[in-house]
Amino acid sequence: MAATTAPPAPARAEPGAAPQEAEDRGTSRLLLVLGVVAVWILVWAFTKGQDTLTLSGRERTPVMDDLGAFRDSVLASRDSNPLIQLTYGVGEAFVAAIDWLQRMVSIPDFPRPVPQIGWLGVTAVATFVGYAIANWRIALLVLASFLSFGAFGYWSEAMDLLLVTFVAVGLSVVIGMPLAVLIAYRRRAETVFTNLLDLMQTMPTFVYLLPIVLFFGIGASTAVVCTLIYALPPLIRIAGHGIKSVSASTLEATDSAGQTFWQRLTKVQLPMARKTIVVGVNQTTMAALSMATIASFVDGPGLGKPVLSALVKSDVGGAVVPGLLIVLMAVMLDRATTAASERGELVARGHGPDPRVHRVVLGAGLVLAAVAVYVSRLYPWAAEFPGTPLRDTAASWSDATVAWFTDTFGGVAGGLADAVSYGLLNPMQALLAESPWWLAGSALVAISAVAGGVRAAVAALVCLGGLRFLGLWHDSMITLTMTLVATLMVMVLALVLGVWMARRSSVDLVLRPLLDMGQTIPPFVYLIPVLALFGPTRFTAIVAGVIYAAPAAIKLVADGVKGVSQGTLEASRSTGATTWQEITKVQLPMAKGSLVLAANQGLLYVLAMAVIGGMVGAGALGYDVVLGFSRSEEWGKGAAAGLSIVLLGIMLDRVMRAAAHHTH
Amino acid sequence: MLNQLTKARWAVVAACSALALTACGGGTIEQQTEENAAAAAEAGGECGELNMAVNPWVGYEANAYVVGTVAERELGCTVNYKDLKEDVSWQGFGTGEVDVVIEDWGHPDLEKKFFEGTGDGSATDFGPTGNVGIIGWYVPPWLAAEHPDILDYKNLNKYAEEFATSESGGLGQFLGADPSYVQFDEAIVSNLGLDFKVVFSGSEAASIQAFQKAEENKEFLIGYFYEPQWLFAELPLEKVSLPPYEAGCQDDPAKVACDYPETELKKIVSTEWAESGSPSVDLVKNFSWTNEDQNLVAKYISQEGMSPADAAARWVEENPDKVEAWLG
Amino acid sequence: MSQTLDPTVDPSTAAVGDARDAGVSVRNLWKIFGPRADKVLGTPDAELSRKELKAKTGCVVGVKDVSFDVAPGEVFVVMGLSGSGKSTLVRCLTRLIEPTSGTVLIDGRDVTAASESELRDLRRNHASMVFQHFGLLPHRQVIDNVAYGLEIRGVPKRERRAKAAEVVDLVGLTGYEKSYPDQLSGGMQQRVGLARALAGDPSLLLFDEPFSALDPLIRRDMQNEVIRLHHELGKTMVFITHDLQEALKLGDRILIMRDGEVVQIGTPDEVVGAPADDYVKDFTSEVPRSHVLTLKWVMRDPRPGDSTEGPVMPCDTVVRKAAQAALASEHPVRVVDDAGNVIGIVDDDAILRVVVAEEESH
Repeated sequence: MAATTAPPAPARAEPGAAPQEAEDRGTSRLLLVLGVVAVWILVWAFTKGQDTLTLSGRERTPVMDDLGAFRDSVLASRDSNPLIQLTYGVGEAFVAAIDWLQRMVSIPDFPRPVPQIGWLGVTAVATFVGYAIANWRIALLVLASFLSFGAFGYWSEAMDLLLVTFVAVGLSVVIGMPLAVLIAYRRRAETVFTNLLDLMQTMPTFVYLLPIVLFFGIGASTAVVCTLIYALPPLIRIAGHGIKSVSASTLEATDSAGQTFWQRLTKVQLPMARKTIVVGVNQTTMAALSMATIASFVDGPGLGKPVLSALVKSDVGGAVVPGLLIVLMAVMLDRATTAASERGELVARGHGPDPRVHRVVLGAGLVLAAVAVYVSRLYPWAAEFPGTPLRDTAASWSDATVAWFTDTFGGVAGGLADAVSYGLLNPMQALLAESPWWLAGSALVAISAVAGGVRAAVAALVCLGGLRFLGLWHDSMITLTMTLVATLMVMVLALVLGVWMARRSSVDLVLRPLLDMGQTIPPFVYLIPVLALFGPTRFTAIVAGVIYAAPAAIKLVADGVKGVSQGTLEASRSTGATTWQEITKVQLPMAKGSLVLAANQGLLYVLAMAVIGGMVGAGALGYDVVLGFSRSEEWGKGAAAGLSIVLLGIMLDRVMRAAAHHTH
Repeated sequence: MLNQLTKARWAVVAACSALALTACGGGTIEQQTEENAAAAAEAGGECGELNMAVNPWVGYEANAYVVGTVAERELGCTVNYKDLKEDVSWQGFGTGEVDVVIEDWGHPDLEKKFFEGTGDGSATDFGPTGNVGIIGWYVPPWLAAEHPDILDYKNLNKYAEEFATSESGGLGQFLGADPSYVQFDEAIVSNLGLDFKVVFSGSEAASIQAFQKAEENKEFLIGYFYEPQWLFAELPLEKVSLPPYEAGCQDDPAKVACDYPETELKKIVSTEWAESGSPSVDLVKNFSWTNEDQNLVAKYISQEGMSPADAAARWVEENPDKVEAWLG
Repeated sequence: MSQTLDPTVDPSTAAVGDARDAGVSVRNLWKIFGPRADKVLGTPDAELSRKELKAKTGCVVGVKDVSFDVAPGEVFVVMGLSGSGKSTLVRCLTRLIEPTSGTVLIDGRDVTAASESELRDLRRNHASMVFQHFGLLPHRQVIDNVAYGLEIRGVPKRERRAKAAEVVDLVGLTGYEKSYPDQLSGGMQQRVGLARALAGDPSLLLFDEPFSALDPLIRRDMQNEVIRLHHELGKTMVFITHDLQEALKLGDRILIMRDGEVVQIGTPDEVVGAPADDYVKDFTSEVPRSHVLTLKWVMRDPRPGDSTEGPVMPCDTVVRKAAQAALASEHPVRVVDDAGNVIGIVDDDAILRVVVAEEESH
């Protein structure tokens, strides 16, 4: 499951390939798939409802009980288990460290009524750092962001989130970079890691949240560990990919100069992969921020807390404001790290500020920041952000907007939901979930075989076998149905908007920030409006999945289409192709690699939202996971559901990749 | 370049004027620090820290912050509020991370694991909170007003079609609740022969939205809900009567065909803390109030947008006699 | 380029001179790519053609039993079409590609038996390489690219920058020290590559098709640059190219490869004048022979009645250069060897035969 969001190079036609033949093969494969489906429907008509392996809400299988018993035995051994003693000690030290940092900047350091350094000092230092590591534009962005945290009334939560994010991302880099190097150097390590990273990325956090608490204790430590599990894979993958992609000729040339392994790594590979590594670090930062709300279920400090507490009050406005501040923080960190990573070279190339001026500004800034810190330790107005009415204004404004939106579009939304549910979702679900398990299973393996050959069929067989073993077959089929439908919607959006963005830079300019927002805003923020529109249904879950997954897919398609060579486009225009022909015959086929990646990523992101889906009435595996998280006796079922989600993800990923490979 | 130099100069000027301004800002941080230190010394540090789990629903917040506020104000405790789900809270008793769970709706599995006798003994039942949980099947007020007979389960099949949705596969939809709660709805539906299918909302937020939407659009909706709950202040849901609860009628989950019992909400505390002799132990032990009390604080929080701490402080100020009783 | 070797030396014996004196000495070098490549050696399979071996074992022969010596200060060109194994061969010399078997000696050191650190020492101090695609570090300025070899040897910054600045001057990049590679043209980038190779002051320079990616005009400049540097520094060079013109222009001797095997080793005039087989002949057919052939190749034995008035020229004079003087003179040219003995006579007809044949073939 490649998490890299860098678009692949547009597919190049192999010289001497026979395109006509390939097309014929594609058509005949489609016919074969349709044939399999036809047979499936035929058998289904006589067997539907048999052997569907449906479990009722609180029913469990022995496998689930075994999983639960295992968890219980670990829990029971916590006072004697040396591993738990060790990790718990680490966790405690960790919480103490975070607590110390919090007392510095975000919570009162008793007996002081305020933190050691007030908002003025922190803001000044952050702005100074922004200038020092990047440029004055970033400094302004940092300043504006920090002032917003305070002005909207979430100063301490924002500082907490920043602290936890910094620590988590810092640890990710420390742990992730060596592993990235390892997978870049060792092919076998890569194979092993790919599966492990897939597991880490697709396993719903709710499944391991409680066991992690067992090992690391309540609060910041667990928040950081969970964030690590979720945020590490993109870094390892992207950085590993970057290191591996360093130009072979440069490596050879520098090897020929007699460098050691270490020199090769630090002087050639890492610097040359810098851009990709920064992309990886940014992805990790985004992933860390997106864990903020989940972490607040176990008292993880940060902006997730107000989001969650607003959710339990159905307080849309109360959730929107901190949610948008998370987005703001994401944008700030993304832009700052990117600019900082480019700064050294820009300066060396003479694009930086005049060094003498820079030194003067730095010196002045340092003095200013020191003064601000000093002042913020002494005076209340500089220590505690002055109350502003912004928080309430923004909250009620968000409320009003959302209310207007749901009132206005409620009717249309209901119609859309019904159309998709009755027209697509219910028939598909009937076929997948109401077939006997052996029928659906063999049909899926057959389709995989036709689409992706032996490899795909084996992957499907193994994963479906796993699903059968875990005992949540029926729920898995429902989740599979929803995932497929949502992915279809994601791809429609990605194609339409992606192509539009690629062809019109003004559209790109407007949409891109919105897409960034869609990717970083916590889903809990938009759950209530979406619920208000569509009620607790599978469609609501699908919409939530689409909101979360579409941005990445749209961006991938846009970048892929944009990457199609101008020369080819010119050539096509010179033959008098219409815009439609240009899009369908040149741009999309040439961006095929990006389209496949977009579909793949879209699918996995949709699947990642299965649990959120379970919280808005979609039932199935997502609900099972939430159930396992909520009732300790059901943990085994939740774990089985989590593993089932992982298996679904791996199956879809492998089949899809094999299918894409097959058409080449 | 000139531009940047001016900028730098500007910044210095701004810093100097900021310094000048602070001169009239007063020096209250130092004063307050001294006051805090003095107050802490006066309280003698007897109470120390109180780790209060805060489970994610408003009624719980009301309990937690009222007890916490009293502990802070009257006993000089340092109260750490920890936002946690129930399972995590119980897990925290043994490690000293959690001292008090102030509203428990019944977790037989956790009791088995953590109570003395069956489990490791890290948790102790500290008696009822005085609140009574009323779990059951509810419909939105408009539906009860328009079709009063719907409040009897026997008439539900008559309306089953009206309850059908895209999710219920042709049957009437019964909205199951947040998975945190004990539920037997699938069994009840089937054992009472109702033409309904249980569709799980998956979260309290989803259930609340569904009821609000149903009331607003006059849609048919029936689902699992409970009191005390802040929603009732805004939307008084009506309870549908099921065959009454009798002792033992819910023992076999597959055969349940009766209503839910009234649940005495309990306080669960860490055994170690309970034996610590902290003055806050007695406070928690004595704490007891009514559904009305809790609903009032919950209303402050959810309807009037007060922070839980402010809402609790307001109630504590308005009810000195009740608070006095807890302090013994 | 001075023709330092006696062209009459038989190429096969040249290949087996005393290895210790040679700048580079290669003996029975094999490189076979593929699974269990080492198992192929010594079996009859090794004698199969490339295609047959690939079909039978899945292995591909890159370099097949190659031996040659390069004298100190010589420019030795390895020429062949793409896929002939020439790039593999040059990489085997410093074990950028690990040879399957055979020995390589550089300055008398056995490269093939060198340990990891000995090999590093060799690469750092004795042999540097210039690559077709430059292989520059895009994140470093020219000066630091040039200094890279010194940097990894642990030379202090000030010192290595001073040394690098000298070399930058030497290759004519003065003023571009602070530029980044992407700000330079291809030719200039390759000058950086050249400077980087020279900075460590190695005794041996290896060139892997260094100018193939450049425009023809720039290529010519760079070839002249190499000739100039060779004159100034006198380093041993092994130069890989697929361009015969380039080979003839630069090489003291040329090794022609096909399918991993040596077809011919010889001086430019030997290759053109006495191609080893039809392959080489075909190759060299387009070459303007008068630019390559020396008088040795067109002279006849002196006869008693020959005029003694004609101009005297050394036997390694290229025909084209001799033409004007020869045709202007009434008398045939007397060709002498290094000792000044007359060893042959070249008359107008002999010269015209070469020049006219060339005209006709065009």
